[in-house]
Amino acid sequence: MLDDVDRRILRHFQVEPSLTTAELAERCRISSGVCWRRIEKMQAAGIIEGQEAVIDWATLGYAVEVSLRITLDKTQARAFDEFTAAAREVAEVIEIQTFLGRVDVRLSVLARDMAQYQQVYRDRILTLPHIADIEALMHIARVKRDEVLPV
Amino acid sequence: MIELDEIDRMILRALVQDATQSAGELGRRFGLSQPATWRRIRRLEQAGVIKGRRLRLNAGSLGFGVTVFLGIKLARKGQVSLEDFERAVSAIPEVQTVEHVLGLYDYRLRVVARDISDFERVLRRRIMTLPGAGDVEANVLLSEERLPGPIG
Repeated sequence: MLDDVDRRILRHFQVEPSLTTAELAERCRISSGVCWRRIEKMQAAGIIEGQEAVIDWATLGYAVEVSLRITLDKTQARAFDEFTAAAREVAEVIEIQTFLGRVDVRLSVLARDMAQYQQVYRDRILTLPHIADIEALMHIARVKRDEVLPV
Repeated sequence: MIELDEIDRMILRALVQDATQSAGELGRRFGLSQPATWRRIRRLEQAGVIKGRRLRLNAGSLGFGVTVFLGIKLARKGQVSLEDFERAVSAIPEVQTVEHVLGLYDYRLRVVARDISDFERVLRRRIMTLPGAGDVEANVLLSEERLPGPIG
């Protein structure tokens, strides 16, 4: 189980993942050795899974992001598997989530502009298997995006 | 807008997988010198293509058993200040992301909770009491995968 020191490390580390162990230790007011051992332990336990670079798609010319909320035809036993397998092949899809609720699957789709979005939507999305219904949400802004867990 | 070549894309894909890899390691993998790789990474960072790092934590092992996505429609539009709503919703610790969207809902939230009854507490005490919150739709996350996207 985690103690207060572990939680303190995770709180600071989540906010600034690029800190070195020494810097992190200083923020947490513990020694570098302790900090390093705690991080090692949490990595070994699978609590800290890794670090990923975050891409700003707008700088690469992808100005449009759309959330597509999809209901699948559940009379088809393999609808989920076949749909997600096909969606993985679409280069513009950056996220696939499945849900319990009114919506079955959500795709995050990128496009350079509305014209390209329309093309991707018609040629690649509407042709995905077992779709019963689609609703689109257009992203305007990300107000909070850090995905920090309240440990 | 910045143009990427094939090597930039490979470096970017590798860093999305694991951002802790050094320029030396990546260089060896892609047949580049350490300084050449370092210059490419620096260019990607300075152009803002890499806007930071995210620590990937296992939510389940930290006791957060459920993630719920909420679609929120604002009630009485025009009378509620978007800034007030955004400030209040961003201050809730269980709310991980807030996206302003156009369509069926006005905002999309990612919420973590220990379990369903903990989620109900967050929903009733914190979300439903937000200034201007109207219709709320909840979908419980079952699985999630992130893909490399157009750089893949």
